[in-house]
Amino acid sequence: MFKFSNLSYETQKRIIIVAFSIIPVVLLITFAYVPVFSMIFYSFTDWNGISKQKHFIGLENYVTLFTNPEYFKVFKVSMYYFFATFIQMGLALYFATILSFKVRMKNFFKGVLFFPYLLNGVAIGFMFLIFFRPDGTLDTVLKAIGLGAFIQKWLGNPDIINISLAGTSVWRYMGFNFIIFLGAISSIPKDVYEAAEIDGANRWHQFRYIILPSLKRIVQLNFILAISGAISVFEIPYIMTGGANGSETFVIQTVNIAFKYGKIGLGSAMGVVLLIIVIIVTLIQRSAFKEE
Amino acid sequence: MYKVKYALATVFKYATLLFGAFVALLPIVVVLFASFKTGKEYMSTSPLAPPENWLNFENYVRAFVEGNMLSGFINTTIILLISITGATLLGSMIAYILHRFKFRGSKLLLGAFLLATLIPGVTTQVATFQIINELGLFNTRWAAIILYLGTDIIAVYIFLQFLDTISVSLDESAMLDGASYFTIYRKIILPLLKPAIVTVIIVKGINIYNDFYTPFLYMPKADLQVISTALFKFKGPYGSQWEVISAGIMLAIIPTLIVFLSLQKYIYNGFSQGSVK
Repeated sequence: MFKFSNLSYETQKRIIIVAFSIIPVVLLITFAYVPVFSMIFYSFTDWNGISKQKHFIGLENYVTLFTNPEYFKVFKVSMYYFFATFIQMGLALYFATILSFKVRMKNFFKGVLFFPYLLNGVAIGFMFLIFFRPDGTLDTVLKAIGLGAFIQKWLGNPDIINISLAGTSVWRYMGFNFIIFLGAISSIPKDVYEAAEIDGANRWHQFRYIILPSLKRIVQLNFILAISGAISVFEIPYIMTGGANGSETFVIQTVNIAFKYGKIGLGSAMGVVLLIIVIIVTLIQRSAFKEE
Repeated sequence: MYKVKYALATVFKYATLLFGAFVALLPIVVVLFASFKTGKEYMSTSPLAPPENWLNFENYVRAFVEGNMLSGFINTTIILLISITGATLLGSMIAYILHRFKFRGSKLLLGAFLLATLIPGVTTQVATFQIINELGLFNTRWAAIILYLGTDIIAVYIFLQFLDTISVSLDESAMLDGASYFTIYRKIILPLLKPAIVTVIIVKGINIYNDFYTPFLYMPKADLQVISTALFKFKGPYGSQWEVISAGIMLAIIPTLIVFLSLQKYIYNGFSQGSVK
């Protein structure tokens, strides 16, 4: 009877390499690499997604893109999310640090601060529609503490809407940075703090000279991720406002152009531009890390 | 003097923690309150006021039945089970051969998997959509399943990292006993990967449960809706019935809460391991 284990290890090795890699490799090529190349190809055509014919139009889509500042105006929206990430990381770092030391009800605080990250994006979007609506949660709280004069049309005023949405994003993602920082801080050996205390270091010194340096890499990595995250924001503004009132992001714009208006060619050109930006940012990150 | 400063620091510490917890919980608690209120009550009471009747499940029934959330839960469960099983098997298989064997092209293959993580999926949707369409998968559950299997390479990463901690001498001693490579994978590697598998299940499971983009774009058909898309549909017709939407939100959150409370430790570990590449 044929048995796999009777074959020589050399033959086995060949069979198992092919058998174990064929499906993952086919999936990888089909869904990670082919889309990149076909997107580059589409970006040089006028294809609408339905018609059988794709006309090669050279760089026309790119010319359209770069000669209409409108298409790039949406990057201004990304800036709100980018700056929000700084606040998000600062908060995460603060809470991770104090929860690394002795605190009452540590697990409760840890759980509550992290929990929002696990929630469904649509649920979060709706929750914050309720939170920001006129006479909603935020307005009621502000009135209750005597700050009623500060009430705004949180999602109606184009000057404020992106701050509200970026704030929602901080609420959602802070827990993720927090739990990563907490993990990194907990891997610092306890005797380092003890030694520092003997040398007369206070909590601030311990944070500044022990915790911060050991988190440097992770903080750096998260900042770089924040850039690509900020330019590819989609879910929260799309669910909450659909991109209305000046809250449109680059990805919402791309999705609308490609799928709503059937301009696959132009949408692809925008995808290519976005991809190039993200790759440049990532390459800068990689080379920055190599120096260390 | 030192004592006063210390006491102030403690007050500040707890004040900020309580404030943080308040901000994290407030939006959720308000939705919880609203989900038990009647329509009239919702309009006339403050969002911060608890409901008059904590046993008013009418909104939940309406959300569940009219929003067709049952089919959402069923579709989400099917997609979750197949995608996670597939990602665990395929991920551990490819990680096993990439980690244990050196062969012509193995470096290239490893590089191809690493490079793919640099391509953010959201940028290439325009083209991915055409592929799904040409494969005839548009508006089927397989569209989501195959995309979760093929584009999210995080499972391969987690397994590759974990394989570093499984000594090759285990493989070698099994080979002395005449075990085939397949037996080594099945009987040694796979069982020892268990902690990594738990991480993959948690990280992927939560990502898939919460994903909105993929089902929204690839499975718009009504009976294929998942939790995210079922909930999203409340937006139009229930525009002003926030108490029903609130019940829908709670229905989407409850499974997450149960999983979180029962698997807390694994979830914390999973996310701090799975993310630092």
